[in-house]
Amino acid sequence: MIVVVVVATALVAAAAVLALVRLERGPSMLDRTVAFDVLTTTIVGAVAVEAAWSRRTESIPILVVLSLVGFIGSVTIARFAAREPEEERRIRTREEVEAADAAREAAREAARAAGRPVPPIVSAEPENDDEERS
Amino acid sequence: MTHVEPGFWTTLADVGAAVFLLLGAFLTFSAGVGVLRFSHLLARMHAVTKPQVLGLILLLIGVALRLRSWTAVTLLGLVVVFQLLTSPVAAHMVGRAGFRTGKVAPEDLEVDDLSPDRPPSPPERLPREE
Repeated sequence: MIVVVVVATALVAAAAVLALVRLERGPSMLDRTVAFDVLTTTIVGAVAVEAAWSRRTESIPILVVLSLVGFIGSVTIARFAAREPEEERRIRTREEVEAADAAREAAREAARAAGRPVPPIVSAEPENDDEERS
Repeated sequence: MTHVEPGFWTTLADVGAAVFLLLGAFLTFSAGVGVLRFSHLLARMHAVTKPQVLGLILLLIGVALRLRSWTAVTLLGLVVVFQLLTSPVAAHMVGRAGFRTGKVAPEDLEVDDLSPDRPPSPPERLPREE
């Protein structure tokens, strides 16, 4: 039995690692959701292998909970999946951030000089609320 | 925890449990490989469904054969029922969200039931891996 448990644990752990790699690579939020489903399933598998090894029934309710929680997670992410334009998916370089900061400061200076209300500093681009939600 | 005198049937149940556990773990592993290696969202979803239903059922049969108590079998059946109820819904929602956010290439589809309902946003050209 110990050999079987070790082999099964190794297979499940390898699946978890592969799912983590996909979770990190993406490229989209939905790919990460799918990888997260695999991760949840591997946790269920690991708990099942442990229960079979130690012959304890206490960990069975964990399986019930996990099978429901994984569902809630993926449905929630799928519900709020939006288009991620190419431009927003990458991290801006230092030069681009400095250019954006300089442009914003210039706009605030101009507003102050002209006596108009000074626009507040916002940390990010305003979100487009017309984004498609399914 | 059940204690049974070791005998032919308990040995047989343990061997069966070992076989089922190995099969279930192998299916889980195949899902890991599939989700990493496949090239786009729908293919990855195809890989994910294997351990979610068959792999889970195999693993839980292995656990049930090992535990040999009706309380545990009832709870394990409950897990399978929940999984069978929830995973199609989750897969449907993920697939539909992928379709509507342009992550499904139209030429991949044999049947397209979603476009008449609401046309998808224009396809987003994600870089396909290999």
